[in-house]
Amino acid sequence: MADQVVFYIFAALILGFAVLVITAKSTVHSVLYLVADFLCVAALYVVLQAQFLAVIQVMVYAGGIVVLYLFVVMLVNLKRPPEAHSDPHRLGKLGLVMGLAVFVELGAIGAYGWLKPSGVGGTLEANNIEQVGRALYTDYFVPFEVASVLLLVAMIGAIVLAKREQ
Amino acid sequence: MITQTHFLVLSAALFMLGIIGVMTRRNVIIILMSMELMLNAVNINLIAFSRQLGDVTGQVFAVFVICVAAAEAAVGLGIILAFYRNKETINIDEMNLMRW
Repeated sequence: MADQVVFYIFAALILGFAVLVITAKSTVHSVLYLVADFLCVAALYVVLQAQFLAVIQVMVYAGGIVVLYLFVVMLVNLKRPPEAHSDPHRLGKLGLVMGLAVFVELGAIGAYGWLKPSGVGGTLEANNIEQVGRALYTDYFVPFEVASVLLLVAMIGAIVLAKREQ
Repeated sequence: MITQTHFLVLSAALFMLGIIGVMTRRNVIIILMSMELMLNAVNINLIAFSRQLGDVTGQVFAVFVICVAAAEAAVGLGIILAFYRNKETINIDEMNLMRW
């Protein structure tokens, strides 16, 4: 019963903040709603017994990425509102059709789950960090190293792109 | 009872909100934020399946997704800054320098 209440509260918060992110008029407000959304997702990870991922979510997303967004929002000083100009070639109908396709897919997942309920699921062992660390450093060692190279490339790329040309 | 389906529906709904944001907004920063929402939906899916199967592999892949999201945010915001310096706008409809 308790986990049900927790799940529904956080699911409602996640979806509500996501709606606010994509509808907010001011970009700064949008970024702040994004922080709240990420924190609620981190809480959901704790419900799902992924404590390490919850900590990573708070530190990397809510702490790092969102600050980067805030810096950029404050660096670009807009003289006219960003939504002022609209391209006449926008494919609104195609977007509507594709959105409806995703909606049908969502309904199919719900109907399937209603017809054939999946189990509550297994439980993971308690030492979450140890397990994730062991998997990262043994089975997924090469992808782990490739990810570090990716981060290095992204760092250099971001510096080169944002650098002012002499 | 909270089953796997609850998490799948939540994740699909969050992904759909991200798609709506990408399709309807013209502010590039908000489009990038909608993409972060979509990546979060994928992470919820991966971690829900990780619990369902009792295996941490899903969590390992979620770590990689977060890593890619960080790289994408850094490079995407760098591109936005470079574009803003040239054209003084962040409206995606005016980003047609490479259109033929």
